[in-house]
Amino acid sequence: MTHVAGRKPALTWTVHLSVGLLVLLWVIPTLGLLVSSFRSGDQIVSSGWWQALFTQESQLSPIRVAGEEVARDGVFVIEGRLFPGAARVSAWGTSSREPAAYAPGATADLGEGMGLRVEGDGFYVLTSARTTEGTRLPRIFTTAATPPEFTLANYRMVLFSPMAGQSILQAFLNTATVAIPATVIPILVAAFAAYALAWMEFPGRALLVAAVVGLLVVPLQLALIPLLQVHNALGIGKGYLGIWLAHTGFGLPLAIYLLRNYMVGLPRDIIENARVDGATEFQIFTRIVLPLSFPALASFAIFQFLWTWNDLLVALVFLGTSNDQQVLTGNIVNLMGSRGGDWEILSASAFVSIAVPLVVFFSMQRFLVRGLLAGSVK
Amino acid sequence: MEQVFPALATIVIGVGGCVGYFWASNLVLDRVIFPARGPKAGQNTSRANMLRPWLFLLPALLALGLYLAYPVFATAWLSLNRNTGGELAFVGLDNYRAMFAEAKFRESLRNNLLWLVVVPALSTGLGLMVAQLTDRIRWGNLAKSLIFMPMAISFVGASVIWKLIYDTREAGQAQIGLLNALWLRFEGGVWSTILLRALPALLLLGLAGVLAWLLWGQVGALARARLAGRVLRGPGMALGAWLVWVALSWAWGAATAQLPYGQPQFWLQIPFWNNFFLMAVLVWLQTGFAMVILSAALRGVPEETVEAAILDGANPFQIFFRIKVPQIMGTIVVVWTTITITVLKVFDIVRAMTGGQQETQVLANYMYDKLFVAVDWGVGSAAAMVILALVTPILVWNVWTARREMR
Repeated sequence: MTHVAGRKPALTWTVHLSVGLLVLLWVIPTLGLLVSSFRSGDQIVSSGWWQALFTQESQLSPIRVAGEEVARDGVFVIEGRLFPGAARVSAWGTSSREPAAYAPGATADLGEGMGLRVEGDGFYVLTSARTTEGTRLPRIFTTAATPPEFTLANYRMVLFSPMAGQSILQAFLNTATVAIPATVIPILVAAFAAYALAWMEFPGRALLVAAVVGLLVVPLQLALIPLLQVHNALGIGKGYLGIWLAHTGFGLPLAIYLLRNYMVGLPRDIIENARVDGATEFQIFTRIVLPLSFPALASFAIFQFLWTWNDLLVALVFLGTSNDQQVLTGNIVNLMGSRGGDWEILSASAFVSIAVPLVVFFSMQRFLVRGLLAGSVK
Repeated sequence: MEQVFPALATIVIGVGGCVGYFWASNLVLDRVIFPARGPKAGQNTSRANMLRPWLFLLPALLALGLYLAYPVFATAWLSLNRNTGGELAFVGLDNYRAMFAEAKFRESLRNNLLWLVVVPALSTGLGLMVAQLTDRIRWGNLAKSLIFMPMAISFVGASVIWKLIYDTREAGQAQIGLLNALWLRFEGGVWSTILLRALPALLLLGLAGVLAWLLWGQVGALARARLAGRVLRGPGMALGAWLVWVALSWAWGAATAQLPYGQPQFWLQIPFWNNFFLMAVLVWLQTGFAMVILSAALRGVPEETVEAAILDGANPFQIFFRIKVPQIMGTIVVVWTTITITVLKVFDIVRAMTGGQQETQVLANYMYDKLFVAVDWGVGSAAAMVILALVTPILVWNVWTARREMR
């Protein structure tokens, strides 16, 4: 509709501006978590993530003087550095009431012959007439300008050391173990059924299509207890086999619906000609229909993969909570409960779980959109 | 690591088993049961072709029957029983009675109805707006892609993302939640009045105005309608009038509320309003879906109708609301109902963010608590049946449209 908007520059600008605002509103939440996942725990709690990209002046948490005491020129000296990074101290103090009492380079008299000097780069010298052994050393409060600083330590930590009893890497493997077979298995089952519903004449076909459409919206909440009972009766219990079967069952209506809609649209001539030439239905399906339906198969595969990867409810019910079964979503919900304030852990864990679906999303967006349209626009 | 090999084996066995089944069953049908040779070749071929669709359908039908159809009846039965002492005992409608008497259930029903109104309306409305706006600009596809992105993010991941936004720390400390950081900028001055009082009040007044206008149109139709039409429209109009009243009273509330400026807020612990903070997460997730589908529908609007409207001197707003929207009404309804179904099943967000505490319970989470925390299958199944009952109108409508299209 460029020719409508093009006449009115004011309107065009409003459109640009409002779309920009909406996009910002939609991107900022994810961006916030992404930025946070690259900051250390101290950084996250001392300032908002939106300040992380700029050099910022903030009051750091107090650090107690510590280190080897050295006797030099008749006085006892402790030297050290407050922080390893490139931060610049702009003011410092030794009590929480006056955290910015001294300028960098100044010497504070702490009484009883004790003096403390803090330099701009965080280097400090504590001098004392008597040995400091056995006495409580002072704490240093600093206000410092910290340049942007990012770290991969959070990811290293969540991937390899167990949080809430399980490392994210293990949960990642478990999720992949659930999602991949649960995506692959329903495809063939659904494809055969979709072909029968699309291209074979038999009594009751319309009824079956209607039933599939109906089952499409049946909430899977209803299936939880009855299916657990069935699985227990069959001896499957809670485990991977159970969740693969469950995801297969729950994914089938959408799979059949999408594939049937697509297959119905294939040119009738090709199939009729093959029949006339004496091809069996099985040959028509495997040699002609299946290859031609690739786009629809891909759409469904993406849907099913995203859904099984992101699922929480089915995994909670059909899978155990042991180390080698709990999935990413379950692990993160546990983390939110037990370590809700530790954003460096939560953000990195969440991003590990989001990363794979995002890659799938951006690389195969075209199929996803096509599948959505086939499934809903009528 | 050790579960990787069973997984790979399952893929091979599953796919191989499927192919094997279809291949072998077709072979047996054609060669052994009804061979296409001998004196009855013709008859055999037609019999084989009668049976073959069922061979193709069998695995899918078994799975659908066992995993979706059977549980509906099993859950209905469970909801009439009590599972005390490991055995089912028939109790009739007692579970439903107990459930409706429970305050937590009424709370989740109320919240679910709130979700049902707010989330589909906002997602569809915003989706439609973005679809229309991005249609006009060069970087529209990039914008759409970014707004569509949350679609890939799990409900749990989105909960973490939004929990950081809603994070609260004590007054005096640096706020690391974006919402509180913004909130603390407001101090009760002119801008606070404009943005936090006047703007919401005006928006709500506008909503009330639109609703009243729609209602007024219906009044005329009611006078002309026959008896059945009047009976059907009556409750709808009563609901509309009630919504107008709600919007007006909220507008008054927004204009006059005492806002606690300068105090960091625990957003997820403010009763009633915390529901809206949870809903924001789902709106954020679902708008992209609505946008993609509505955008395709808008592109499908015949160019001639738009051009005719331009020639008649319609302005862009008239073209959008009078020409385009009526033509894609069917798609809007489909999007609305699809999001409605998602809303009815919303579980992960509430579970991860509040666990249903502080008056944020919803049906799906209530059901989960009953089934797996309290191990009360009867009431849990009854709650599941309530969800099914709420879905049923959409189910019937979907089946009805699908059947109409098949003809």
